Amino acid sequence: MSAREERLARNLLDPASALPEGLFDRPGRFAIHRNTVTASLIEALCTGFPVITRLLGDGVMKDLALRFLRAHPPSSPLLMLYGEGFPEFLEADTRLADLGYLGDVARLDLALRHAYHAADAPPLPAQQLAALPPDRLAEVHLDLAPALRLLRSPWPIFDIWRFNTETNAPAPRAVAQDVLITRPAYDPLPQPLPPGGAGFVAALLQGAPLGEAEDRARAEAADVDLAALFTLLLQGGAIIGASLT
Amino acid sequence: MSQTAKSLAIAGALGAALSTTLASSVDAQTKEKCFGVALAGQNDCAAGPGTTCAGSSTVDYQGNSWKLVNFGTCKDIALPPMADGTPRHGALKALKRDLPS
Amino acid sequence: MPGAARQAALPDATGVGFKPQHFNDLCAAPGMVRWLEIHAENYMGDGGRPLAQLRHLNERFPISVHGVGLGLGGSDRLDPDHLARLRHLCDWLAPASFSEHLAWSSHDGAFLNDLLPLPYTDATLTRVADHIDQVQAFLGRRMLLENPSSYVSFTESTWTEPAFLAELSRRTGCGLLLDINNVFVSACNLGFSPQAYVEALPLDQVAEIHLGGHEAQQDDQGAPVLIDSHGAPVADPVWALLDHTLARSGPRPVLIEWDNDIPDWPVLAAEAGRAARALGSLSR
Repeated sequence: MSAREERLARNLLDPASALPEGLFDRPGRFAIHRNTVTASLIEALCTGFPVITRLLGDGVMKDLALRFLRAHPPSSPLLMLYGEGFPEFLEADTRLADLGYLGDVARLDLALRHAYHAADAPPLPAQQLAALPPDRLAEVHLDLAPALRLLRSPWPIFDIWRFNTETNAPAPRAVAQDVLITRPAYDPLPQPLPPGGAGFVAALLQGAPLGEAEDRARAEAADVDLAALFTLLLQGGAIIGASLT
Repeated sequence: MSQTAKSLAIAGALGAALSTTLASSVDAQTKEKCFGVALAGQNDCAAGPGTTCAGSSTVDYQGNSWKLVNFGTCKDIALPPMADGTPRHGALKALKRDLPS
Repeated sequence: MPGAARQAALPDATGVGFKPQHFNDLCAAPGMVRWLEIHAENYMGDGGRPLAQLRHLNERFPISVHGVGLGLGGSDRLDPDHLARLRHLCDWLAPASFSEHLAWSSHDGAFLNDLLPLPYTDATLTRVADHIDQVQAFLGRRMLLENPSSYVSFTESTWTEPAFLAELSRRTGCGLLLDINNVFVSACNLGFSPQAYVEALPLDQVAEIHLGGHEAQQDDQGAPVLIDSHGAPVADPVWALLDHTLARSGPRPVLIEWDNDIPDWPVLAAEAGRAARALGSLSR
């Protein structure tokens, strides 16, 4: 069965590959299975990358999805996370070279899905944060929620996301945008970060204490607004632990 | 700035954020809000929409003839390409990509 | 406490395949729906709303976990990561039932997302029986095995499908999940009697029945072919085959599957109501 399974599997991903002679009583109907594989995975990619699908339109997206799934079929039965390599696949297609933002927008689509399925973690009660010793806050490490995602892009990926998901959203501006995804309850919430914000959050994710995270933020933007960053994290339920070294 | 002064500055920012953040409990609602994420890539045991019998069906097409003009909302987003030296191409150039979380 | 109201087995009543967009309507107006089935793979994330909804539903309904990605018939060894995910889900949920398909779906690390056909030979029998033994031992519970929808048959098959399923059940002790729409679809596509198929099964081993919609198309020769689309109401001849089956098996848990072009809740609830009437007419 193994060698035969190999040929059937190949045929499912490549209509030009031949099926063994005499295998089936109705050989033409094996195409039904190939079409199920193809159509279901195209559907998974179109629903999994909704902003890319809107940007490209159904026809182009389906064509790209077809090519992608035949080159990169899922490596796991968990379709909710299918499409890990799709951003790089888009970036490698020279026909899309004028749309430099596609890869990062696809990363945002993917990150929202990951955030949706990430583990639950209750936010740290405000009293516990307020009770931290004010004269030692620079040494405090914050634990961030598993659903939190940070994306940095030279493209206006938040504007493009909003333009394609909200009615009457303004047209994207030609600016770089870093995006923070939090999940206050069960719905992932992407928000643009102010200057220095991404440096701050990236440092926290790497386990740096608050003092060092602030240094990293100020290196990117001297006038970084720490209170605004704390507000974003708190409102997103993203701070789940705090400890003094 | 001393470590203590720095700590107190961070404490001020955190205190301001705490006072402006309403103590809202986590919404226990289980109602679906964002279908785009919720329904992505569902596993089913059915043949699904678009499945047909013919080997040359619509999903087997070779569609290499599309042009930029056919694109969905891409045509509404007029951004200059990366190589033109716009501001977004500056300090952030080395910092792109999804960081580990 | 999770699952406090749960029953040890699925009730001989009507269930539906749960869809997240039906959550609120289902909780407010379950109608004749007494139990729910979920696709295991959609609840293998780490958290978030899918698991929150499932925890909530598990308090109210017996749950059937229906795997669609294990590939019991594949020639590769069963994926240990996937088995571990299944065990984790079954451990915390403690579902009333666990079922999978007589099919393969992965090869050499690629998941093909379809229930693919097997030749019914002694070699296949041995392999599938070994895999079922492994699953039942690993999960520490009896599983149900579902008959597939067929579009092709292998010329080398030496077993009929009902005899093959009966022998697998005899060897491994697994129960059977009888998908009546699949029987009807396969019977039309391969040219056998659906009633004779049902009568050839060990109906005492059937612990669950599936119903779903199919779609009539033509194959590349212009011959009619039915596609198991789960995107339409259950067809009248399939309801008749349900009656034929229940008259011989007695009452069983009956599920309505609707996975594509998913209707609003009242439409699905009405299908469940029709299944409940088919079950109810048995006792009169």
